[in-house]
Amino acid sequence: MERVPILKLGDILIVSIQIDLQDMSVLALQEDLSERVVATGARGVIIDITAVEIVDSFIGRMLATIAAISRMLDAETIVVGMRPAVAITLVELGLSLGGVRTALNLEKGVALLNQIENQTPTATW
Amino acid sequence: MSVHTDAGRRRIEELLQEHEGRVLKRWLEIAVSSTSNQVDRGGLADQLRELYQSLRQSFGSSGDLSDLRGLLAELSRDRARQGFTPTETAVVVFGLKEALYETVEEDGSPDALRGFIWFSRVIDDLGLFTVESYATAREKIIIDQAEQLLELSTPVVKLWDGIVAVPLVGTLDSARTQVVMEKLLQTLVDTGSEHAVIDITGVPAVDTEVAQHLLKTVVAARLMGAECVISGIRPQIAHTIVTLGIEFGDIVTKATLADALAHTLRASGVRVVKGGESRIAVRTVEA
Repeated sequence: MERVPILKLGDILIVSIQIDLQDMSVLALQEDLSERVVATGARGVIIDITAVEIVDSFIGRMLATIAAISRMLDAETIVVGMRPAVAITLVELGLSLGGVRTALNLEKGVALLNQIENQTPTATW
Repeated sequence: MSVHTDAGRRRIEELLQEHEGRVLKRWLEIAVSSTSNQVDRGGLADQLRELYQSLRQSFGSSGDLSDLRGLLAELSRDRARQGFTPTETAVVVFGLKEALYETVEEDGSPDALRGFIWFSRVIDDLGLFTVESYATAREKIIIDQAEQLLELSTPVVKLWDGIVAVPLVGTLDSARTQVVMEKLLQTLVDTGSEHAVIDITGVPAVDTEVAQHLLKTVVAARLMGAECVISGIRPQIAHTIVTLGIEFGDIVTKATLADALAHTLRASGVRVVKGGESRIAVRTVEA
């Protein structure tokens, strides 16, 4: 089973999905990610799906689940780099990923995280 | 085929050969007089002569009409493009019957008359084939034009750094919305724009289907991390949308493109102020 690497950059965790996701690797990713969020005290998680060309309802739900888990651990999740074809497919499937924030690319995702942090005074320490 | 028909057929072939010049001349006259359009007489004469030769050849060789059909298809295509009516196109073929009939009458033999019936049936078939080719040619023209229209009608323009707009003109259907959606989303990726304005000033009517398409586009853009504003909603359209009970939810809608631009500028942190000397001063606020 292939594992998706989780990279730490400052207080942000970056997950770049570059393989065809199988059920097992997704479950492993969810576990790894929640452990890493706790271990590093990250305030944000960025999931980069630039390389993902095929999506189904399973991946859609996976993204929503990861976002929900991270939010429980006080980290905001941002999905970045969704391709137009992927976005259209998700809409046709009736998935709007409610509760998941999105950005065009990694750079804008990081900017969005900073902006969210500035807006919420509780996040200062 | 009975002996009589064979004899008749042979007689017609002979007549076609003997009186070629006369029949052709008469045929051309009928063809020219059948249309109100301007025709190139010389060109038509050449075409008719070619058809005539091909027809005679097909009678000679075991009744193979494929060459003749090719010529007729070409004729119909040309005429369809030049804007002739189907009748005008078919009459050119049917004219040969009339032209030959005069010769047959002069000849007066029962064989010739019997043969003429057979000949008439052949020409009817060819005439129908002409009309069919004409219709096919016209259909192709229509399909081509629809494709061209599709390409023409979906520009994505850049309004500001990070703001793009899609001015929609004309009726929206599923095919067009698909093209618009794909083009808009691709442009968002290519230019890294976070804001998009969909302007529907030029859309004559909005029904539930069109609204559904618009909503899908906006949601897809959101999934990619861009915000969409719908602008150019005319009073009647606002009325229709409310009457139909369509919910736009939390999607921002504006009456004019200017309002939408102002909104997106504000959202992207650009402030537009009236200055003293310079008319517009722009200051970007770092997010």
